[in-house]
Amino acid sequence: MLQVVCIKQVPDTETRVKVAADGRSLDPTGVTLIVNPYDEFAVEQALRVKEQLGAGEVVAISLGGAGVQTTLRTALATGADRAMHLKTDVNAPDALAVAKALADAIRPLDAGLVWLGKQAVDDDGAQVGPMLATLLDRPCVSVVAKFELNGTQARVEREIEGGREVVDVPLPCVLTTDKGLNEPRYASLKGIMAAKKKPLEERAVDLGAAHLERVAFELPPPRAAGRIVGEGVDAIPALLRALREEAKVL
Amino acid sequence: MSILVFIEQRDGKVRSVAREALGEAKRLAATLGGPVVGVYCGANADGLATLGEAGAEKVLAATHEAFGRYDGAGYAAAIAAAVKAASPNLVLLGASSIGKDLAPRIAAKLGVGLAADCTALDATGGKLVARRPVMAGKAFERVAFPLAPAMVTLRPKVFAPAAPEAGKAAAVESLTFEWDASKPRAVVTGTTGATGGKPDLTESEIIVSGGRGLKGPENFPLVEQLADALGATVGASRAVVDAGWRPHGDQVGQTGKTVSPKLYVAIGISGAVQHLAGMSSSRCIVAINKDRDAPIFKVADYGVVGDLFEVVPALTEAIKKMH
Repeated sequence: MLQVVCIKQVPDTETRVKVAADGRSLDPTGVTLIVNPYDEFAVEQALRVKEQLGAGEVVAISLGGAGVQTTLRTALATGADRAMHLKTDVNAPDALAVAKALADAIRPLDAGLVWLGKQAVDDDGAQVGPMLATLLDRPCVSVVAKFELNGTQARVEREIEGGREVVDVPLPCVLTTDKGLNEPRYASLKGIMAAKKKPLEERAVDLGAAHLERVAFELPPPRAAGRIVGEGVDAIPALLRALREEAKVL
Repeated sequence: MSILVFIEQRDGKVRSVAREALGEAKRLAATLGGPVVGVYCGANADGLATLGEAGAEKVLAATHEAFGRYDGAGYAAAIAAAVKAASPNLVLLGASSIGKDLAPRIAAKLGVGLAADCTALDATGGKLVARRPVMAGKAFERVAFPLAPAMVTLRPKVFAPAAPEAGKAAAVESLTFEWDASKPRAVVTGTTGATGGKPDLTESEIIVSGGRGLKGPENFPLVEQLADALGATVGASRAVVDAGWRPHGDQVGQTGKTVSPKLYVAIGISGAVQHLAGMSSSRCIVAINKDRDAPIFKVADYGVVGDLFEVVPALTEAIKKMH
């Protein structure tokens, strides 16, 4: 079975945000780029399925500028078989534009499972997975925290408010992964060497007109300065008074 | 023209995110024009007229035997039909676990953009601009909608429901939609791991979170007892989730949940950038930490410097006495 994993390159979660001069984007100066953390669970699960079946192919796909090839090489080093780079110079394209480009690339592949992280930790959209499934006309489960494959059917659990939903989904399907689904492996030295020789196909994509227009990118309003109400247990009466009378939250 | 609001339900009960969305729709209708039309997906259409009190003038009811539980494919087909019927200029859903899964499916069907998990909507001059946190709240973006209808999901607990208009009934109409339930699809077969009626972190009024300062999972009852006294939900820092002390569902921060309760109490949490991102939109933040220089005190409204093993049990007792 062929599986596809969609990966996004994002700023490190420890990044301190600065707004670029255009007022509409993140200043990329000094920003370290990493594989979107949720996508690591997607890669790992695809590799586990391939190991469970003892056969098949894992194709990693990423959309973006030349820099995303680093991300794809990382996926190849952990065990993906080949990679596809959907090349575009559009900065921060909208989710539907991305989903359409991915759908066009994935449609001819006859993939049994298409994996994505539940959301990218930069735009926090959580949209591309369900959009891609809709465009491909395939069943979809998002925010998957548990996965069991039985032939052409999977039983998964997805996080909902205050618990989990158990969902049965037939293959082929699209799944988005949550933290806790698995423990992603690290690339071995052998894997890193092998990755250099694995095929990485480049394909230019035209994203067309945008479906959303970003008009501003800004920092959150600074919080008003707080205060230390005291030290140790002696501070408790002052704390409770402040919560009741100033903040009015108790 | 209209504003279409998804009326989310679980077990036939309308969820608070739907009332919040109706409230925001009613406010926006003053500038964008109404009416406010609800669209409901469920096993039956009982009791929907009362949504008039929450701000809906009309409710389109999509009923199907499979709609008792959430069905992404089916709900999306029904709401796409509702969009055709009501030709809205704006479609609102709650950014709940259902709304986050459902809204992108509808947007893809309609071929329009979606602004997810928004915290403010501005319709000055009739042009809608949505404000939404990115990078778990480290920054915000404002987005406009070049295509119609605009689609928006609203972060839970941010928007206020409308003041109830007692006795006002919504007109309920049955919605005709085409959906082939025999096509392969994901089917919800049950739920598991319910948290005993406690609200989810994303929908909690009060959160008490613990971090590495607790020294071990055996000390988490200190956090739980304070949470119980406050009627709060328990959260955790990434460090303790990664260490396996708490399940991932408890994690607050950039690879966990972004929360905006009215009160957030951080216990033994130093305040890594990715944690601060996830909780700094809380209305009031209290930090208890022995390190006076911990970054958490920079965002806290009220800080207590001290040994959490002394302060937290004493605070729990003091709060119990208040009630």
